Amino acid sequence: MRKPWKSLSKKTRALAAPYFVWSVGFIIIPLIIIFFYGFADANGHFTLSNVASIFSHVNLKALIISMLLSFLSTFVCLLIAYPLAYILAEFGHGKSSLFAFIFILPMWMNSLLRTIAWQNLLEKTGLINTILSFFHLPTMMIINTPWAIVLGMVYDFLPFMILPIYNTLSRLEIDYANAARDLGANGWQTFWKITWPLSLPGVISGITMVFVPSLTTFVISDILGGGKILLIGNIIEQLFTQDNDWNAGAGLSIVLMIFIVISMIITDKYDKEDATKK
Amino acid sequence: MIKKLICVVLAAFIAISASTSCGISKAERSENVVYVYNAGEYIDPDLLDQFTAETGIQVVYDEFESNEIMYPKIESGAAVYDVVCPSDYMIEKMIKKDLLQPIDYSKIPNIKNIGDYYIEQSRSFDPEHKYTVPYCWGTVGILYNKTMVSEKVDSWDILWDEKYKNEILMQDSVRDAFMVSLMDLGYSCNSLDHDEIEAATERLKAQKHLVQAYVVDQVRDKMIGNEAALGVIYSGEALYTQSQNPDLEYVIPKEGTNLWLDCWVMPKNAKNVENGLKFLNFLCDAKVAAKNFEYITYSTPNEACRDYIEDEDLKNSETAFPDLSKYTNLETYHYLGDTADKYLNGMWREVKSY
Amino acid sequence: MIRHNGIKRFYTILILFFLYAPILTLMVLSFNSSKSRSHWGGFTFDWYISLFENEHIMQAFWNTIIIAVISALIATIFGTLACIGMQVMKKRMRSVIMGITNIPMLNADIVTGISLMLLFIACRVNMGGATVLLAHITFNIPYVILSVMPKFRQINYATYEAAQDLGATPTYAFTHIIFPDILPGVISGFLMAFTMSLDDFIITHFTKGAGFDTLSTKIYSEVKKGVSPEIYALSTIMFTLVLALLVIVNARKFRPKKKGGAA
Repeated sequence: MRKPWKSLSKKTRALAAPYFVWSVGFIIIPLIIIFFYGFADANGHFTLSNVASIFSHVNLKALIISMLLSFLSTFVCLLIAYPLAYILAEFGHGKSSLFAFIFILPMWMNSLLRTIAWQNLLEKTGLINTILSFFHLPTMMIINTPWAIVLGMVYDFLPFMILPIYNTLSRLEIDYANAARDLGANGWQTFWKITWPLSLPGVISGITMVFVPSLTTFVISDILGGGKILLIGNIIEQLFTQDNDWNAGAGLSIVLMIFIVISMIITDKYDKEDATKK
Repeated sequence: MIKKLICVVLAAFIAISASTSCGISKAERSENVVYVYNAGEYIDPDLLDQFTAETGIQVVYDEFESNEIMYPKIESGAAVYDVVCPSDYMIEKMIKKDLLQPIDYSKIPNIKNIGDYYIEQSRSFDPEHKYTVPYCWGTVGILYNKTMVSEKVDSWDILWDEKYKNEILMQDSVRDAFMVSLMDLGYSCNSLDHDEIEAATERLKAQKHLVQAYVVDQVRDKMIGNEAALGVIYSGEALYTQSQNPDLEYVIPKEGTNLWLDCWVMPKNAKNVENGLKFLNFLCDAKVAAKNFEYITYSTPNEACRDYIEDEDLKNSETAFPDLSKYTNLETYHYLGDTADKYLNGMWREVKSY
Repeated sequence: MIRHNGIKRFYTILILFFLYAPILTLMVLSFNSSKSRSHWGGFTFDWYISLFENEHIMQAFWNTIIIAVISALIATIFGTLACIGMQVMKKRMRSVIMGITNIPMLNADIVTGISLMLLFIACRVNMGGATVLLAHITFNIPYVILSVMPKFRQINYATYEAAQDLGATPTYAFTHIIFPDILPGVISGFLMAFTMSLDDFIITHFTKGAGFDTLSTKIYSEVKKGVSPEIYALSTIMFTLVLALLVIVNARKFRPKKKGGAA
């Protein structure tokens, strides 16, 4: 797998040059600017207070709530997506991967619009409650609560979980599973010993793709949370766009970055440990 | 097969893109253009076309959601506009930060249509009357649904009534939210006193479990849709909401409220000053102002335009043209300074994360 | 396993319903004659007619499409080239580049958007469509790289070398043996990039200048004051088109059962 292309000239490396230059200009330098602002006060002097402001009561609470909600929604996404991806992979074996595309299709409708649609559905006088009250059932009041935000996250990011899991599962050789079964393993054993470990890379990238946007969103909490729940994304957004306090905003952005990197290292390590066990 | 299809679709897309990409920068390339930055849903869009038809000047029109969001864009120079329409306290801040250029009123003969009363009012934030052309004014009050609220509404206190749990819509903007709380406590909405602001913060926290949502312009749609019983709203929205839902009623609470005045200003970095002045002169025209008023229903300081308002109900509307002498304790916001702004913003976040 | 087919089908349909219910709601709203979204005023096609007369929405629509196509295209080219280049790099260099690639993926959109905004301001660039395009290319490249890179692991290098032993030039061998192998990755990378660009709001929000809107920023500015039903109409059209495309492709795929139907 790591075998280099002996016959491919070393000059091929130059092909990566445009991207390398691009990434320095538009990824590295902007990041340096963020760090510059994050560690400076309004007069440009070095300070740690922007980064340390994460420990203020309000910011810490926002970060903890963001963590809890994104953990929860990532977990729910995984719970929903895995069986679905499994079914799709099984069904779609040898057939078109376009079947899975049906589950990605909603992403082509603007995500802001879809989130607004949930507002329409969940509102007090919304569609769901209208139907519920028509049948004299108790109405559902989850709009403007953390539950609505979790629902929005799960809804918006579910395709990001389905796709990678489906991809790894559909690539798995059924032969492995069949062989295991031939050797006397039952369905669950086959799943836990063979399918699950082999699908872990997909699961991990799914978790990443759901967890990161959930942790940092401010749009979903804005639209479905009624402005009553502040996530860390909301605070950063407000610091930049409303308070015009770029230093504090950049400081919290750095904290957020660190948090994401840490959680990724943890998942990655878990991934590797599991892979070596096999 | 898929590959081919993708290729075809791609080719089509690119062809279309190429043919329309000229459109992307059409306005940018043309010399004769004016960049306008206005609050959301705050002008009759037909007027922009009318202006272009009359003068040949293209209008590039953008909207902002709140003064606070507009400010950094202008300050950082991230976007260059010729005319902007902020509110009183924000204009004061922009003047103090030296972001505005004086307006050459000789190029705006129609400014004579603006009532003296409003020019006088604008002096509270533009003392020399150098930078501003008044556009709309109004108050902040309570919009309530008569089918859901049977008692008499005349005080901010009702927003703290347990009866209306989950039926209250608050404004999601620092100044307006604190104004409600400060006024209710009998303080000035420009208070700089930390004790007063802290008391107001506590009061807002105590209100939070009653509030259905903190929203800005959505109050309008939600009230029309019977989502809530009470909402804090700008007077200009009252007429429109009533036309959509006759059960709604607007009141100015007895404790007093904010009297605001939005004006056009020209940022210092404006590139098309002449065109900007023509645009402002156009908006001050009596007929144009009348047409605009009928569309946005925000009270206009353009006194000459009232004769041109065709809709009799609007013309004589008590809500649009209130007799201000009836109300005591109407207060205009002032810019409080960066430190106080930061303090208030911090307190507001505390309320919202409570 | 076959016994559970009923459950499986039910589960699949349930999730489909969950995913499509909001979209159906939007579609229904596009036929609502009342402008308020919480009030049904009767069936109408008016929004579809006025949509095409609404310059602002149409302009935002074309901006969105143009930005998405161009940025996805450029990102696909840069990203694919980078992936090929990385194959002959030393491991350390490769992991440096992959590390950089992961930054926009892991970073909050809001941080990426703001950092680019700060960059443009620092360079005194007048923000507009061009800055949005640059930003979109930037966040699109990682999606391409991450979908092309894994394909290199599945390449059969033996065939590649055999072709060269038989006299094929490296370029010929590359375009005829390696490229077809990574093509699915390139295509899915392009589609991913296109979708991401189409849907992006946050980064566009921070990098756009005066007078430039994409659908997302247009919608966001309307969220607060009530989204105009014309936007629902436009989304309904866009969505229906994509769906139709999918159905056509699928129908074509299932019809000819002559070859390779046994798998």
